[in-house]
Order: sequence, then structure tokens, then C-alpha cells
Amino acid sequence: MSVGKETKKIFTCQDIERALARLAHQVLEKNPDPGNIALIGIQTRGVFLAKRIQAEIKKIENVEPLLGILDITLYRDDLTAIGPKPQVKETKINFDLSGKTVILVDDVLFTGRTVRAALDEIMDFGRPQRIEFLVLVDRGYRELPIRADYVGKNIPTAREEQVEVRLKEADGEDTVVIIKAE
Amino acid sequence: MKNWQKKHILGIKDLSRQALEAVFSLTSSFKEISQRDVKKVPALRGKTIVNLFFENSTRTRISFELAAKRLSADVVNFSASTSSLVKGETVIDTIKNLEAYHPDIMVIRIGSSVCLELFTKYTKASIINAGDGANEHPTQALLDMFTVQEVKGSLGNLNVLITGDIARSRVARSNIFGFQKFSSKITVCGPAALIPYEFEKMGVEVSYNFDEALADADVIIMLRIQKERQDVSFFPSLREYVEKFSLTPQRYKKLKKGCLVLHPGPVNWNVEISSEIKEEVHPLILKQVENGLAVRMAALYLAGGAKK
Repeated sequence: MSVGKETKKIFTCQDIERALARLAHQVLEKNPDPGNIALIGIQTRGVFLAKRIQAEIKKIENVEPLLGILDITLYRDDLTAIGPKPQVKETKINFDLSGKTVILVDDVLFTGRTVRAALDEIMDFGRPQRIEFLVLVDRGYRELPIRADYVGKNIPTAREEQVEVRLKEADGEDTVVIIKAE
Repeated sequence: MKNWQKKHILGIKDLSRQALEAVFSLTSSFKEISQRDVKKVPALRGKTIVNLFFENSTRTRISFELAAKRLSADVVNFSASTSSLVKGETVIDTIKNLEAYHPDIMVIRIGSSVCLELFTKYTKASIINAGDGANEHPTQALLDMFTVQEVKGSLGNLNVLITGDIARSRVARSNIFGFQKFSSKITVCGPAALIPYEFEKMGVEVSYNFDEALADADVIIMLRIQKERQDVSFFPSLREYVEKFSLTPQRYKKLKKGCLVLHPGPVNWNVEISSEIKEEVHPLILKQVENGLAVRMAALYLAGGAKK
């Protein structure tokens, strides 16, 4: 976590809650059968968001969509460029993806490279009927032809700025901040 | 932990406790890949790995080969008996020749100790030690330690007993370096002629009495009696060895509850371990083989991504 740099809060706890409730409704609008939905959270914060969306959908429809966890580290395209991270987190998809609508969930959409890796990895697990992408924050600067199907909020940023989603489960608070470049 | 910086994996001796912990955490993740339907990830796609085995090995080589394939690398196997070494080419020339193919990783097993450092001068590839003489066999110790951690939940403060041909065992040395980093107490045990003085200097206890030593062990590593290397006999007869150092059903009964019996394989049943307790001890030894694959995936992944 960055300390001491100038930060701007763009999402409060309530904003996040509202955005997730809205996203859950949007998902259901497009996919009326929640039993056919598989939410796949991308490590780390995408996993917490996927769990919350799952709970929201259950609240509305009383049916719990499937939930999986994806770590895309081994599918990255920059292993030699940045050196191996010595940590690969858990991947857990213990159900059959075929015929399902997979909704990938992540916190921030930036270059699009994480989603590219996630798509490749999902394909190795099976053949879903469709894959959609849900993100809490879209900050622009795509390097690949990728867009999200469900966006919590579009946030204009400068390339060098950092967008940090902080969630209770990992960081003790719910907020989104922009950290200014030095 | 920060990003991995080590280019080569030559021994446990030069790895910090933190680095070992990072390897173990990776290993758990890599284990899961082998349980998938598609047992392959693209992490080392486009990388070339040469398995260079100047000394015979089946299981370590297969394990490294499969590990490389599960990470999508291209693998070439080279074994001394079918190579130009029999035509008189030197080891260094062999490495220089292979270097011409621009490999990214060389996994090397060789009979002489501590020569891998020298080989790093002749190749740009990362070198992973798959056993060098009586020096080290890092991936074996990593898989032993990982297996212990997996079953016991942690590696701290254990009594580890290593029994057998200590003198010629790179497995013993690597395990000593490794377990010591987790504050474990290590005892080596075997016929006096097979425990050179240098082991006492490594800070381990030495015992010549297996019956006494096994009573407080939390982990026992039974080393293989290398029949093929008993050209000079260090103990009078195999029968005497078995009588004193074999894990028999009687000795097995005396072990502490929850004591783990490891063996690097292949087991000479009725030499190191009695076949009467095969059902009890074999499952864990096979688990070691399974973990060996995941540990080697972790080692290749770390070496493969290191800056050249």
C-alpha cells in the first residue's frame, strides 16, 4: 500500500455498495437464469468482489450463482520482463464450465492484459457458452481490444497515476483512491 | 517477498529461509495444475530447457521433463550414455555445443561435486542442479521439506533423523542445509565409515545406533544404499547393515506417533525398509514423487523467469 503520496478518494464505502448492487441487477437483466451464471473472481480483489456480487444476486433471486477463483500469474505475458513473482495464488474452479455464462470479475480495468490472460486460462478449463467481464473501475489506457460488459464506474486518469481499490476483506476498508504520480 | 532474483539454483546452501518459503508456496499452486483437466499452463512458452544428465537417473529426469512440459517449455533430453561423451568430447565442450542452441535453462546432473559454478561461465542459461556428486540435490530436499510441511503443517523445530550412506549422499547434505534454516535438530545415523568427520562440523548430531536415534525423531529420511556405488565396501555385509540400520516392523513400532518416514527412492525393500511395513510407509514415499513434480515446476518457473 502506498504511503505518503497524494491521494484522491473517488469511491466511498456506500458508493461501492451501490455500484455492486446495480451491477448485480445489470447481470441479471442480461442473464435471467442465475443458476447458469459462473462468477469467476480474478485474484486478489476480484475474488472478494465476485463473492459480493454472488451475495447480491442471491438477495435478489434467492439463487446462488457458481463462484470460482482464478490466478492468472502463469498466463501473463511479461514473465521475463518483470521476473517471476514468487507467489502464485490459488485457482479454484471445481465445477464444469461448459454451457455456463462465465462472468470474469476484477477490480480495475487498465491495459486489458490481465483479462487476456484470464480468457486464455478459462479456455483451458472448459468451453463456456459465453464469457462476460465485470469490473468495478474502468480507468482507460487499453493496450488490447478489450472492453468490459459491466462497469461500476469510469474514471478518467493520467497514465502514470495509480488506481487502488481497497476492500474490507483485504485492506480493512472499502474505498477507491487515485494515487498521484510523484 | 520481492521478485525472485536468483538466476541459478545450485544448492539449498545459498537459499534463504524466505526463498525456501516462497518455493513451497509456489509448489502448492503448481500441484493444483496437475489436477486439472488440461494439465498445462503457458508460463514458460517459448523457453528451451535442456536436461543434461551425465549420470543416470530415471525419476529425477522424468520429473523435470514433465515439469517443463506442464509449463509449456520445449525440452531436449541429453544423457551421457548416448552422447558424444562416449566419443571423447569433454563436458565443457558439450555445454558449449548445447549453448549454440540458446537454451534458457539447463538442468544438470553430474558425478563430480561443485563444478556447476564453473559451467555457469560457459552458458547464458540458468542452471538447475539435479544432483552434483556428493554435494547437493536441491530439488530432492525441497520436495522432502515440502512433503513434511504439507503433512505436519509446519517445518519448525523438528527432530530430523537421516539414516544410511551419509558420506556419499547429496540428499543428506541438501536436507541438512534446508532443515537447519527452519531450526530443526538433525541427527545423521549410519555405519561409522559412512559418516565423515565434516558432518559434525555442519552442526548435526552423529549417531551410530539407529535404535536409540529413532525414538525422538519427528521425521526419518531413509537414504538409499547405493549398491551400484559399493565398489569400495564401507560396511562388512548387507546383512549386517540390515540388522543395524534397516527400518524393521519392530523398529517401526517404536517410532513416535506421527513420525514421517521419507525415502528419495527407489527403495531397496528389505534393505533400508522392511517390505512388511510397505503398506504403512509407501503412500508417503509416493506422495514425495507427486510433490517432486510440483517442486520442479516451481524451480523451472523461477529460473526461467530470472533476468538473463
